[in-house]
Amino acid sequence: MSSKGAGLNMRQIISKIIVYLMLGLGSIVVLLPLQWMISTSLKPLSHVFRFPPEFWPQKIVWSNYPDALSQLPFDLYFANTSFIVVLCLLGELIVSSIVAYAFSRLRWRGRNVLFIVVLATMMLPRQVTLIPEFIVFRHLGMIDTFWPLILPSWFGNPFYIFLLRQYFLTHSRELDQAAVIDGCSRFGVFWRITLPMSKPVLGAVAIFSFQFHWNDFFRPLIFLLDQDKYTLALGLRFFQGTFGTEWNSLMAVSLVVMLPLIVVFFFAQKHFIQGVVFTGYK
Amino acid sequence: MSLAQFAKKQSGFTRLNITYQRGETVLAWAMVSPWVAGFLLLTAFPMVASLALSFFEWNILTPPEYVGLANYHKLFFTDPLPMHSLKITVIFSLASIPLNIVFGLTIAMLLNTNIRGLSVFRTIYYLPAILSGVAVAILWQWIFSSDFGLLNTALRVFGIEGPAWLGSKIWVLPAFVIMRLWSVGGGMIIYLAGLQAIPTDLYEAAEIDGANWWQRIFRITLPMLSPTIFFQLITGVIFTMQIFTETFIMTDGGPANASLFYLLYLYRQAFQNFKMGYASALAWVFFIAILLLTLVLFATAKFWVFYEAESDEDN
Repeated sequence: MSSKGAGLNMRQIISKIIVYLMLGLGSIVVLLPLQWMISTSLKPLSHVFRFPPEFWPQKIVWSNYPDALSQLPFDLYFANTSFIVVLCLLGELIVSSIVAYAFSRLRWRGRNVLFIVVLATMMLPRQVTLIPEFIVFRHLGMIDTFWPLILPSWFGNPFYIFLLRQYFLTHSRELDQAAVIDGCSRFGVFWRITLPMSKPVLGAVAIFSFQFHWNDFFRPLIFLLDQDKYTLALGLRFFQGTFGTEWNSLMAVSLVVMLPLIVVFFFAQKHFIQGVVFTGYK
Repeated sequence: MSLAQFAKKQSGFTRLNITYQRGETVLAWAMVSPWVAGFLLLTAFPMVASLALSFFEWNILTPPEYVGLANYHKLFFTDPLPMHSLKITVIFSLASIPLNIVFGLTIAMLLNTNIRGLSVFRTIYYLPAILSGVAVAILWQWIFSSDFGLLNTALRVFGIEGPAWLGSKIWVLPAFVIMRLWSVGGGMIIYLAGLQAIPTDLYEAAEIDGANWWQRIFRITLPMLSPTIFFQLITGVIFTMQIFTETFIMTDGGPANASLFYLLYLYRQAFQNFKMGYASALAWVFFIAILLLTLVLFATAKFWVFYEAESDEDN
């Protein structure tokens, strides 16, 4: 009996080791591209095209960063992107949570039918509506302004409505009813009870929204023309077009563009993960 | 499971007789009105408009000209590129989506074995999933560089001389599949949460009944996770078919149109050639293609997706 127990233990230890080995190896594979990015961004251009490539930079050139960033008005692109991202984020948070409240906490005729429409629009590829949308914004004289990028966020986003609704549904109705009996208005319940109770999911929506609009390339590409209005994504694309093979500069600028996301991720990791879990696992 | 049933389940339909209060209904409509307005202005109207536009020829500057089905005829019969780009987009999706699911599930199962440092591993695997767009595309363009890139440098360590990746008609699609695998952590997080929610007594009972590791995976883990996998599959189709930024930045559709994904072609027709009518027809065909693919998946769901007994809750 004792030998069997020891055998099982041995097997468990071996399988543990295999699990750690696989996870460790996988982690290295996942992190290598980022290491490669940092390493390239610090090399002098002559070393970038050395064969065989240097894994660690033999000579570190910190000035790659200021040099590359001063080639284009990246501070302006940063300001433009931040402006768009903040306004989109506010719109999506405010409007989507109001809409989600009606879909989860109120009883009304038409609710289920309308919610199915919300779900259907989640599955709609946005490109189907893009051309008429472009034409409408053109008629409104809004091409080459930030409006086409910001305005749609203020009409609620089906994905976030779904996410917030799922979360609001987990609250008990009794609390709402008690507050109403105590003289709180329905909107008061939303504002004073539902929202404060939903900080994790609001955090998740804020992060998703930030992530999406920070990375977004397609819509800025279509709606913005003037270089002074470029976002970081467009600026980066322009930079690539101009300095196509200066990989050290390209990596430096790309890394700087990614950095805010990475920083936010490390500080708000919990919200990120919670949010993803809420969306996909239900 | 049909689409209607899926929607019904997600919307939490209740079969109870509810008496609606008028005040509540008015308030509710007021609260959803921004979304209703957005739906009408930014979804419903543009959809009808783009369908109508697909029967016209229009370059924005001169008045549109009615051409009947000419755009669709061109799309299916005379212009070879739309069907070519649809084909490579579907091939890419059929490779990318299952691989992402398999890798995501495998990592999640490895992480779900009571290991130490779970949160560190989770952070590492999830990090690339938050990064996307132009910066990531530029990074991977450099990784795939045939002489000086990371991938071929790594392959040389094993004595393999890698292909030209983005410069090769054969290897450009596999390159995009590899790149998308980098962000496998997004799905992994969801599977991990699903795994952690499977009651352990199921496994204990199976163990008592003498089920081996393999049986536990195929009889308990995968069936219990199947709704999650199904959801990932559906969203994966919609998300993966819409690949645009990477090909725009890294290959511009090349070499020889080998990575001309559908949206890149649509973008060129609409915003470089200003063929708004033709591009609208392209958009509608794309929409129908995605819809069909999704419906096929829904039709297969009854064979492999298991839902636990539903409980009606009154919201």
